[in-house]
Amino acid sequence: MEHKRITLFAGHYGSGKTNIAVNYALLLAREGKRAAIADLDIVNPYFRTKDSARELEEAGVALISPQFASSNVDLPALPAEAYRLVEDRSLYAVMDIGGDDRGAYALGRYTPFILEENDYRMAFVANPCRPLTKTPEEALAVMREIEAAGGLPFTCIVNNANLAHETDIHTVLDALPYMKRLSGLSGLPVWLTSAEEHIAELLAGWVPEVLPMKLQEKYFDLPEQKDPPKARPLFG
Amino acid sequence: MAERVLMKGNEAIAEAAIRAGCRHYFGYPITPQTEVAAYMAKRLPKIEGGVFLQAESEIASINMVYGAAAAGFRVMTSSSSPGISLKSEGLSYIAGSDVPAFVVNVQRGGPGLGGIQPSQSDYFQATKGGGHGDYRMIVLAPASVQEMASLTVKGFNLADKYLMTAMILADGTIGQMMEPITFEDVQAETYDKPWALTGTKGKRPHNIVNSLYLKPDELEQKNFERYERYKTVEENEVLYEEYMMDGAELCVVAFGIASRVAKNAVAAARKEGIKVGLIRPITLWPFPAKVLRRAADQVKRFVCVELNMGQMIEDVRLATECTRPVSLCNRAGGMIPSPDQVLESIRKAQKGEM
Repeated sequence: MEHKRITLFAGHYGSGKTNIAVNYALLLAREGKRAAIADLDIVNPYFRTKDSARELEEAGVALISPQFASSNVDLPALPAEAYRLVEDRSLYAVMDIGGDDRGAYALGRYTPFILEENDYRMAFVANPCRPLTKTPEEALAVMREIEAAGGLPFTCIVNNANLAHETDIHTVLDALPYMKRLSGLSGLPVWLTSAEEHIAELLAGWVPEVLPMKLQEKYFDLPEQKDPPKARPLFG
Repeated sequence: MAERVLMKGNEAIAEAAIRAGCRHYFGYPITPQTEVAAYMAKRLPKIEGGVFLQAESEIASINMVYGAAAAGFRVMTSSSSPGISLKSEGLSYIAGSDVPAFVVNVQRGGPGLGGIQPSQSDYFQATKGGGHGDYRMIVLAPASVQEMASLTVKGFNLADKYLMTAMILADGTIGQMMEPITFEDVQAETYDKPWALTGTKGKRPHNIVNSLYLKPDELEQKNFERYERYKTVEENEVLYEEYMMDGAELCVVAFGIASRVAKNAVAAARKEGIKVGLIRPITLWPFPAKVLRRAADQVKRFVCVELNMGQMIEDVRLATECTRPVSLCNRAGGMIPSPDQVLESIRKAQKGEM
């Protein structure tokens, strides 16, 4: 996979940005890159990049996360260290932006640096299974709101169609017409399809670029939610 | 197949409320429930008759709920623990006026300002009062995002049916976590509201919604009548889930997020050959007291799993009339017990230890 110096993941609230950003940073590390990831999410109080601190550290990915992330206060302050991502050009940087336009306001302060260097990929993460972005038109509206708030135009789309543990290959493939339409409306290419690793394996050959993801087990997962995704036959 | 969507618990409440016919939301932001308000702010202005209002405070917002409820609208507010304390005066007035309201508490750690991490430490506040006076609220404890949606619709129906407040008592985790759900199994019921303040148009005597009674015997009579209604609720509206209770000699009791951790522990204990099951109260008031009393005839011991210092355990002891030992497995202040901690408590109970 070809990488830009800075990769940003933004999109609708709950579209899966954090999971993708973490797994993408881990992929960079596996490919031998000096990678760093910054949690710039000022919207979400729980389930943050920091939850993957151990995996990131083991892979040698630098994690920059707000001082109060996963603490007992909701202080949406950004760490000064996040500037390292735009200043240290020897790094492969991944930025996890908070959901919707509200989350993208945090991006604005880095935008002039990113535009000046001009070696970035700004990915719009789309999941049609989310009720407020059920249509490509609704997703496009969110896209425009984020661009207005963060000042950085999107350059591509990530197909992250999923229904959490109920996802199967059909969930992803059924989303292809949606992604095509969103691509047509926005004039942006679909860069990546991201999916849990069991599903990603099945997707090979169906979509061009796949990001296999390891998803974290959560303490509240029910016994039946821990099983690997059910394989449904592709046809029939 | 029913269409499935991926939602956060807080969003599921908001969408379900709209589908239940709620067109009026009054609130004030607080973590970890803010998505309820954020979702309503996006959706309600696009719906005919939709009113979203961020009030100047929690106290103002609950009194707006009181007003809209008195006018016969399906109306709601949502908050998290410290915010519910502020709303408690209004909840008492709403109870004293016998109007239906729907309130959501996505709990966080306390007391005081506490913290933003999940908790179940408002069990007493929700089931025993919170506000002043003799009153009850129907308290629903969802354990999944699907239940956040279905119990919201249920809550609106019950509130209208019994002219009282129905409260969703969730916690930060269920509010924030995402699961696939469907809205197709949720059915909104409608009720006539001849008591509502809709304007007489000169055609009928005017209605009064009020919680002030000048004569003590009248006020007493109102209390008696209200408690007759509460009795009907206790008889008809208890909800609970049983898990692996067949042949169980031990019974874990847990609600909401704690029940999910407990389920994993119960399944693991069964694999070790320990005969244990789980009873999950879904309505915390009315509490499934009869179910637990029956379970006391079957099992030797109970283990309560709670995200607080031991609150529901009092109702379990009352329900079982102290016929069996009840031990507590808990974390507090925003911490969550691990399945291993619960499993250890089950093993101890098996050996007859507290």
